[in-house]
Amino acid sequence: MLEAREFPPIFLCPVCKAPQLITSKYASTFLFIYQPPKSCQEVLLGITGKDFTLIAASKAAMRGATILKASDDKTRQLNKHTLMAFSGEAGDTVQFAEYIQANAQLYSMRNEADLSPSAMANFVRRELASSLRSRKPYMVNLLLGGVDPITDKPSLHWLDYLAALAPVPYAAHGYAQYYCLSILDKHHQPDIDLERGLELLRLCTDELKRRLPIDFKGVLVKVVTKDGIREIDYDDSKQVQSA
Amino acid sequence: MSSPFSINGGACVAMVGKDCVAIACDLRLGLQSLTVSNNFPKIFPYGDVYLGLTGLATDVATVSDLLRYKVNLYRLREERAISPQTLANLVSSSLYERRFGPFFVSPVIAGINHTTGKPFICGFDSIGCIDFAKDFIVSGTASDQLFGTCEGLWEPDLAPEDLFETISQALLNAVDRDALSGWGAHVYIIEKDKVTKRLLKGRQD
Repeated sequence: MLEAREFPPIFLCPVCKAPQLITSKYASTFLFIYQPPKSCQEVLLGITGKDFTLIAASKAAMRGATILKASDDKTRQLNKHTLMAFSGEAGDTVQFAEYIQANAQLYSMRNEADLSPSAMANFVRRELASSLRSRKPYMVNLLLGGVDPITDKPSLHWLDYLAALAPVPYAAHGYAQYYCLSILDKHHQPDIDLERGLELLRLCTDELKRRLPIDFKGVLVKVVTKDGIREIDYDDSKQVQSA
Repeated sequence: MSSPFSINGGACVAMVGKDCVAIACDLRLGLQSLTVSNNFPKIFPYGDVYLGLTGLATDVATVSDLLRYKVNLYRLREERAISPQTLANLVSSSLYERRFGPFFVSPVIAGINHTTGKPFICGFDSIGCIDFAKDFIVSGTASDQLFGTCEGLWEPDLAPEDLFETISQALLNAVDRDALSGWGAHVYIIEKDKVTKRLLKGRQD
């Protein structure tokens, strides 16, 4: 019985202390790779309600300490009622998202039916999981928001770069987790309407503006309902007083 | 904290009773100290045999999916349900296939063999070494605590209702002493002709 087996130390992200582990099936030893620290500062937020799923993603495209763009869209529409938001290593993110998007659209064309959000989440998880044990894994954190086309039930799936999948009522990635999950723990109810959902989102983004050391340039907000996906005008101009 | 087995947290336990077995798991999914989900069950049914998987959450999902695929093919080929003993050997060989790049999981199996009618439980390490036990099997980040509670509470030939109480108390009291496990539990009591699944609320903090 292999009990107290020694593992090489897992590196912790120097910024957020998140474990940075990647295994490689080609090597008998383990290969460890850092998740780029800046991905912790990207904001991804998801909130489900009675008949909708809200997805918010920060608009700043960062490279090192520089903000290259203040109107970045970190989301891709997979089919009529599934939206995917992503953060992580530059390059990997868009490459992976558009690969998934293309396959989702191929499936819709071939079968004249869309994959349900949970089926889509399991497909994405499998792709990410097989990439995890390859020579160069994708370093991508994802949120998948959708509304089931048959049951009209909203859903939200949380996926990290290790391909751990969890269906959740609300979720966040990066530093936003530390600020927003506790707010949503207190205020979220499963049967809220869109108006209340946006109020909760406002609570979250205000807190992020108040506490995050860097400016994430506001969030792009999209909502998934049974009628499809639309962008919501979200006013980010208001100054938030720091505590 | 330097092990992939304790990034996401979680606990699982299986016990033998009189003509019955029980298996239970907690529901937490975390990233180190941060809880991401409080509804992440770690027990998966394969016919009437149950498999508990603790460890790295990505591998819990990968291994459970892989075994679902293999067990479904087994059922189609053999035209009968898989026995707990066969599943144990299937899990063992599937894990040993990855000897030099293992799945970071500690599986637990519980079931009743339908030809002999005998209860069966066993556990594994991450590379497939089977640990047969006559009493109980524990796994996960709360395994030290579970050894204590099981050693203290378990006795031979428990009836299904008593076994439920024993395994529930053993699990709940163990996860309350582990920061990485908890947030409620699923408990399965497996008898010859019925399986009872119960959801325990547990401490929500």
